[in-house]
Amino acid sequence: MNKDTFKNTKRIEASLKKRYARERRFRLYGQLAVLTGFVFLFILLFDIVSKGSPAFTQQYLKITVHFDADSLGLGASPSEEDIRQANFSGVIKASLRDMFPEVTGRSDKRQLYRLVSIGAEYDLRDRVLDDSSLLGERKDIWLLAHSEAAAYLKGQVSRDIPEAERKLKDIQMDWLDTLRDDGRTRGSFNTQFFQYGDSREPELAGIRAALQGSFFTLLVTFLLAFPIGVFAAVYLEEFAPRNRITDLIEININNLAAVPSIVFGLLGLAVFINFFELPRSAPLVGGIVLSLMTLPTIIITSRAAIQSVSPSIRQAALGVGASKLQTVFHHVLPVAMPGILTGSIIGMAQALGESAPLLMIGMVAFIMDVPGSVTDPSTVLPVQIYLWADSPERGFTEKTSAAIMVLMGFLILMNALAIYLRKRFEVK
Amino acid sequence: MPKLFSQGVFYVKKQLLGAFALAVGLSSVANVQAQGRDNVSIVGSSTVYPFATVVAERFGRSTSFKAPKIESTGSGGGLKLFCKGVGANTPDITNASRRIKKSEYDDCQNNGVTDILEVLVGYDGIAVANSRQAPQMALSLKDIYLALAKDVPGPDGKLIPNPYKTWQEINPGLPAIDIEVLGPPPTSGTRDAFAELALGGGALQIPALKALRGLGSDQAEEIKSAIAALGLPVGVYKAYAESKGKAPSGKDIFKTVAYSVREDGAYIEAGENDNLIVQKLEANPKALGIFGYSFLDENGDKVQGSLIDGVEPDFDTIADGDYPVSRPLYFYVKIAHVGRIPGIQEYAAEFASNRAMGEDGYLPEKGLIPLSDEELAQIQADVASLKRLEM
Repeated sequence: MNKDTFKNTKRIEASLKKRYARERRFRLYGQLAVLTGFVFLFILLFDIVSKGSPAFTQQYLKITVHFDADSLGLGASPSEEDIRQANFSGVIKASLRDMFPEVTGRSDKRQLYRLVSIGAEYDLRDRVLDDSSLLGERKDIWLLAHSEAAAYLKGQVSRDIPEAERKLKDIQMDWLDTLRDDGRTRGSFNTQFFQYGDSREPELAGIRAALQGSFFTLLVTFLLAFPIGVFAAVYLEEFAPRNRITDLIEININNLAAVPSIVFGLLGLAVFINFFELPRSAPLVGGIVLSLMTLPTIIITSRAAIQSVSPSIRQAALGVGASKLQTVFHHVLPVAMPGILTGSIIGMAQALGESAPLLMIGMVAFIMDVPGSVTDPSTVLPVQIYLWADSPERGFTEKTSAAIMVLMGFLILMNALAIYLRKRFEVK
Repeated sequence: MPKLFSQGVFYVKKQLLGAFALAVGLSSVANVQAQGRDNVSIVGSSTVYPFATVVAERFGRSTSFKAPKIESTGSGGGLKLFCKGVGANTPDITNASRRIKKSEYDDCQNNGVTDILEVLVGYDGIAVANSRQAPQMALSLKDIYLALAKDVPGPDGKLIPNPYKTWQEINPGLPAIDIEVLGPPPTSGTRDAFAELALGGGALQIPALKALRGLGSDQAEEIKSAIAALGLPVGVYKAYAESKGKAPSGKDIFKTVAYSVREDGAYIEAGENDNLIVQKLEANPKALGIFGYSFLDENGDKVQGSLIDGVEPDFDTIADGDYPVSRPLYFYVKIAHVGRIPGIQEYAAEFASNRAMGEDGYLPEKGLIPLSDEELAQIQADVASLKRLEM
C-alpha cells in the first residue's frame, strides 16, 4: 500500500461523509417543504369544512297551522290566483300566537314571528295550491326556521353573549327551548341547498342556479375552446411551415396565456355585448370569454402532447404510404389524446374557478331563477361564493364555506377525470 | 393496436364535428334571444343592493313575473350603463346611494333616455365603528376631519400635510392610540358620501374653510385671497378654471380641499367588502372602520358604532336625521321600458309599498331607515303615475 493511496482514501472518506450529510439535509428540506404545504392545506380545509358543514342541515319547527279561510281572505271556491295572493304570513303569525298564547306585547309578537323563515309562507301557499282540501283544516306542519333561530338550534349562538349584542333575544331562545323540549324541532339534510337559486334569506339560499350557470358556461367554453385549440395545435405542430410568422404566432400564444383574466372580461364587454349585442349576464357570453382565456392553455398543452409522440410512429405511417393527414388523424392524435385531454380539463378547471372576467359582463348579479339555457341570466359558483361572502346576514358565513366545498368537490372531480382519461387512453 | 387506433379516430372525428355543429347552433339562438327580455334588469349601488335584492326575491316569489336580475356595479357605474340608451340590452332600473348628478341626467337625455322616474327609497347611516373589545369612541365631525383629511390647517391657518398620528393629538379627550381607519376605496358611493358628510361637515367647523365655501364663482378675488391665506399655491384656482372650463366657486375649491383623504397609511382602503372590514376590526381592536349601518346592525355582537357629535348610530337617530352622517338612497326607472319589459312598474310598486318600505315593512328589518309617512305617500303616487324627473 503506498502512502498516497491511503491519503486519498482518507480524503474521499471524509468528503463522502459530507456528501451524505448534504443529501440528508436536502431530503429534510424537501420533507419540510412538503409538510408546510400540507399544514397550510389542512388549515384551509379544516377552516372551510368546520364552517361550512352546518350549512348542510336545515332546521324545522313543528307548528300547528290553522288554514283559516277567513284570515287567508279566501272565499268558498278560490281560484289559483286568489290563493297566490292570500295572506299566508297572517296565518303563520296567528298559528304562532296560538302556540304561545302568553305572548302579548307588540314587540314580543314581532320577536315571535321572527322564529319562522319567510320561506314558510310560500311553502304553505304551495301546499294549498297542491291540495285545496287543506283549507279550514288544522294541521301540524314542519315549517322552516329563520336562520337566526336555526343557528341557536345548531348550538352556534350561546346565551353567554350579552343580549344586547346578539340578534336572537333571550325570550326567543326560551321559545325555542320550549319547542325543542316538546320535540317540535328537527334538523334534516338541506336538500333545498341543491334545489334552489340564490336568496337573501340565508336559510332559503341554494346553489342550484350557480351550479347550472357554471355548467352552461363551461359547456360553451368546452365546445369552443376544445376544437379550436386542438385544431390550432395540430396545424401549428404538424402542418405549419417554420418561419417568422409562425414564430410570432407562437410567442403571442404564450403571451396570451399570461394575460390577466380581467382583460378578457373587458374584451367580452366591448366585443360580444356592445358590438354583437349578445345578452348581458348570459352563460353564452361568459363561456365565450372563458374560452378565449383557456384557448392558450389548451393549445400549449396540446402542442406539447403532439410533440411528445414518438417520431417513429409518424415515420412508420408515412413509410407504409399514409398521407400526412392520415398520419396525423390515425396515428399521432390518438396517441397524443391523453395529454390533450388532461390539458383541456385543467384549463376547464381554471375556467370553473374564474370570476374576474365575469364581473365585466354582468354575471356578478343576484339571480334567483335557475337558468334553463345558455342565454338565461345566470351566475357561476365562484361568483356565488363572492356574493355570499359580501352579504351582511350572519347566516351566509356557513353558506359561503359550503359553496366553497361544492366548488372544490367539482374541481377534484374534474382533476380525477383528467387522471382517469389519461390512464384510459394511454397507449403503451 | 390497429383496432385501438381506429377507435381513437372515430372518437376524435365525432367529437369535433358535434362540437362545431352545436357551437354554430348556439350562436344563432343567442342572436334571436337578444331582441327581447322577460326579466327586469337592475344595476347600480352596492349599498342599495342588499335592499333591492330582498324586494326582487319577494317579487319573484309572490308574483307570476320572473325575479329581476340585480348587478352591483356602484352608483356611478350603474348610471353610466343606465344612461347608455334605450333597448333590451340596457338596464331598466339603476340603484344609487346618492342623487343623480346633472351631468349624468344630461348624458341620459342625449342618449335618448328622456323619461326617468326617481324613487327615494329611504336613508342609510354611515357608521364609524370599532371592536367591542375596545371602549366606544365619541368623536365629533371636526375630529374625523382632522384625523382623516389629507391637508389640515396648521397653527398659522395655512394648510399643512396632516401631522396627527394619534387621536389624543387631535382632541385630548380621545385615547392615545394611533389613528388607523379602514374604509371603502374612492370608487365607492359610501366613500363619496362619507367625504361629503363627515369630512366636509368637519371642515365647515373651521372658520377659514367655511368662509371659502360661502364664496360664489363671481367672487374670484376673494377666493384667490382665501386660497393664499390657506397657503395653497395660487395656481390651484387657474388649474381648476382650465380643467372645468369655467370659474370655480368657493364651494368647488372647498370640495377639493376638504374631501381629500390622507394617503400616508392612516386611512386604509379595505375594498368594497364590508364584512372584511368587520373581520379586520375584530382582529385589531385599535382600528376604526367605516361602513353602512346595515352591517353594524347585523354585527352588533362584534363591533360598536362610535358616537358622532354625541349621537349613536341607531335606527331612530338616523330616521330622525339626528345622526349627522346619513344619506338618501334612490333608484331610477327608465320609463320607456315600462310596458315593453314585463314587471318593471310592478317591481317599483312593490318596492314602494307599505309592506316593503313602510315602518313595519320587511326592508326596515334589513336595516333600511324608512321615509316619513308623507314622503312615502308622495313616492307611491309618483310610482303610480310614472312621474318624469326634471332637472
